[in-house]
Amino acid sequence: MQGDSETVAVAQGTCGWAQFPVCTRSRNSASRGNPQVPGWRDYQQKGELGDMRAATRRRLLPLALPGATLSAFSGGLLAAEAGHSSVNMTRGVTEVSHRIYDLHMYTLWVCVAIGVVVFGVMFYSIFAHRKSKGAVAAHFHESTTLEIAWTVVPFLILATFAAPATRTLLQIYDAEEADLDVMITGYQWKWKYEYLDKGVSFFSALATSPNEFNNIDNPDQAPKGEHYLLEVDEPLVIPAGKKVRFLVTAADVIHSWWVPQLAVKKDAIPGFVNETWTRVPEPGIYRGQCAELCGKDHGFMPIVVNVVPEAEFDGWLAKRKEEADAEKALMAQTFTMDELMARGESVYAKACASCHQPNGEGVPPAFPALKGSKLATGPVEGHLDIVVNGKQGTAMAAFGAQLNEVDLAAVITYERNAWGNNMGDMLQPIDVAKFKKAK
Amino acid sequence: MGADHHGPAKGISRWLFTTNHKDIGTMYLWFSFAMFILGGIFALVIRAELFQPGLQIVKPEFFNQMTTMHGLVMVFGAIMPAWVGLGNWMIPMMIGAPDMALPRMNNWSFWILPFAFAMLAATLFTDAGAPNFGWTFYAPLSTTYAPESVTFFIFGVHLMGMSSIMGSINIIATIMNMRAPGMTYMKMPMFVWTWFITAFLLIAVMPVLAGAVTMMLFDIHFGTSFFSAAGGGDPVLFQHVFWFFGHPEVYIMILPAFGVVSEVLPTFARKPLFGYSSMVYATASIAFLSFIVWAHHMYTVGMPIAGELFFMYATMLIAVPTGVKVFNWVTTMFKGSMTFETPMLFAIAFIILFTIGGFSGLMLSLAPLDFQYHDTYFVVAHFHYVLVQGALFALFCGVYYWLPKWTGHMYDEGLSKAHFWLTFIGVNTAFFPMHFVGLAGMPRRIPDYALQFADFNMLSSIGAYITGFSQLIFLVCVVKCIKGGVKATDRVWEGSHGLEWSVPSPAPYHTFTVPPQVK
Repeated sequence: MQGDSETVAVAQGTCGWAQFPVCTRSRNSASRGNPQVPGWRDYQQKGELGDMRAATRRRLLPLALPGATLSAFSGGLLAAEAGHSSVNMTRGVTEVSHRIYDLHMYTLWVCVAIGVVVFGVMFYSIFAHRKSKGAVAAHFHESTTLEIAWTVVPFLILATFAAPATRTLLQIYDAEEADLDVMITGYQWKWKYEYLDKGVSFFSALATSPNEFNNIDNPDQAPKGEHYLLEVDEPLVIPAGKKVRFLVTAADVIHSWWVPQLAVKKDAIPGFVNETWTRVPEPGIYRGQCAELCGKDHGFMPIVVNVVPEAEFDGWLAKRKEEADAEKALMAQTFTMDELMARGESVYAKACASCHQPNGEGVPPAFPALKGSKLATGPVEGHLDIVVNGKQGTAMAAFGAQLNEVDLAAVITYERNAWGNNMGDMLQPIDVAKFKKAK
Repeated sequence: MGADHHGPAKGISRWLFTTNHKDIGTMYLWFSFAMFILGGIFALVIRAELFQPGLQIVKPEFFNQMTTMHGLVMVFGAIMPAWVGLGNWMIPMMIGAPDMALPRMNNWSFWILPFAFAMLAATLFTDAGAPNFGWTFYAPLSTTYAPESVTFFIFGVHLMGMSSIMGSINIIATIMNMRAPGMTYMKMPMFVWTWFITAFLLIAVMPVLAGAVTMMLFDIHFGTSFFSAAGGGDPVLFQHVFWFFGHPEVYIMILPAFGVVSEVLPTFARKPLFGYSSMVYATASIAFLSFIVWAHHMYTVGMPIAGELFFMYATMLIAVPTGVKVFNWVTTMFKGSMTFETPMLFAIAFIILFTIGGFSGLMLSLAPLDFQYHDTYFVVAHFHYVLVQGALFALFCGVYYWLPKWTGHMYDEGLSKAHFWLTFIGVNTAFFPMHFVGLAGMPRRIPDYALQFADFNMLSSIGAYITGFSQLIFLVCVVKCIKGGVKATDRVWEGSHGLEWSVPSPAPYHTFTVPPQVK
């Protein structure tokens, strides 16, 4: 576990608490994690999950007694610095996250120290000044000196928190001079990433199969995978070492974009654009989750950030742009029923199934059924209108901006012909484009 | 006076029409206990679902209803009415008044509550289900995207607010006008002082909450756009209005707890409270600061840096008066002659565990750290330490302390100690591990979680069930004490002090019909 000197140097530069022994330890441990696989938990990625959890369970036994909890906590903190404990804040991988972690540990240990002194006096009294031991009560009930002392001293301690907190906050708020701008939009319940001025944008949704988490009346239960609930169909890709600015907003309710290892958390608020940034020195995969309650599937909209070397990023972006252009060319094309149904099924699974359910039966009354519904078996214009423009005052979002013309045509065709709806009619991308234009 | 000839009315009319502060206090306390059990059942549904990864018991839609209803019922139904109940019972007896200043309004402010909560609980049986947007009900999740039952919730909150405002007007009027001759403000018991300040907080912020829900009502039904950017409004405005209410609200729940502990410690340490006047000033400072720190709940909404810094510094300052109180309590114990009856155990546990909640609060006050803590289980751990191990422990402390005065019997010391220890073990097993999963990255309000959080969640659930079932011991203990037991003396405790101990046990239906003289 020898650290490489470069990482240690970086960490020393960011650590404002050189005199603090814990901080020194954390500095040394900065290099311990494997920078190539900086997933949320190293042990998971190494496939040692079972062993680690059994070990954790053994460690947990003393926790049954609250008195032992604190000692387990401090033991756990030391483990946290080795990078694979589930009891402490991650030290993260950016300069900002390191600063936050160091300040977190400093405040924590100051609180522990104050606690030891205050509770120490208290427990001394409890043992020494009890009536059963013949203690006779004193009569003092005030002391101006003491009162002034314990007003002023905490104030000074607070000042030692305020200074580094202010410095770190100023740094977090400085989103100027970014190398890349990414617009992040929260939707119920997925994220949209848009590379501004690059012509590339896509949605990123949970990739874990419902069979892994749904154990209620589900005959097809599947074992939980390695990145259970923390995996997406398409991650956000950003270049290593570059300052990336995130412009964060939402399309429906408030969400919050949070990746612990980057120490970035910003609320996504419909109608307003928030700004934040990160600069990740090392390539790796970093996982996070939506942090603001946003409805039914709040727990099921993870975030995955894939940080890659700059050259690889440029290649990826160019390829993604080509795909986007190719997709545009499809807009003028005419599709067969089978093609529309096949594409529609996959669009439905990604965009519609979480509310209207894979079987089209919905979760009434909040999420009505499509199977046999008036809408899906009525005039096609009405169907198109609701999907494109959403329905005011309900959870039905406007998908006109979320899906392209091909996907809209496909998914509407699918909804009109799946689950025995059998309308037999279909919609072409060009029809959707006309409808959108007419609006 | 002739009042001593009036006993309580017979049958149900005693409770429906009573204007007696003791009867109304009793009703408040039983009502809050019922709500405590209801909110506790919701909590146990949550903890059952979180016992293991995966969705086992409830679907996410219902899970969200449970977290919302648990928060609303515990805050507005259990903790707040319990304090009003204790205040009703004790404030007149502690200041030597015959009753509350406005006895009919007192009756009304109680009887609103069962209707408010019936309306709220009834939403569980509607098609779209109960409110599911969290007890903080952030717009637009609580407006555009809310289930239809949100309107019932809004009217429920209006009723609770009316009840609280009337209750606090009554308490202020009582304290200002009905103190016994010689009882100056700076001679008032600490519990009376803390309730006095709490009542002002309530009057200041409950109308703000009413305003917030009224704006929601208009957005939902009357086409306004207070909280919708599409119509020129602002969803963040909701959060500012809510937390301008919400932060003083948390002190509303904890200040009377400070008062109870300040009464109980001197009794069992047999030594006067250390730093009485600094306790009063510290309480007033905390109340003042509570009005200028609300946006520390909103560090991640994208406030300007100046706002962020202001709210951070102001929030950190709260640690100073809170520290003064803790130091005063510890110094009160120091060189006392202590015994450890159940109220004292709850008081000591309160000081230790509330202080732990204070420490995590201090950490949360630092805005850059909050970017990692915000909306995680670390926050859940924090506010349960101050509200369960804080406010609830102080309530138990107060109930055991004054129960002999109310019933005329001593409670069963063995049962009550069992209640204390099981609750103590239960809550710490439930809430301490939440610090760990929160720091390790588990967001709050999620029905399912990644596998690395599994062990601590299981532990939390076990703790929650221990806590929940231990409350049945409390119920047995109280009922047993009402039915009989060792006769309580007038003073009850060797070290007790204050006017409430100068009347017989049980306290007669009317006390202090002739004002006592306070020297």
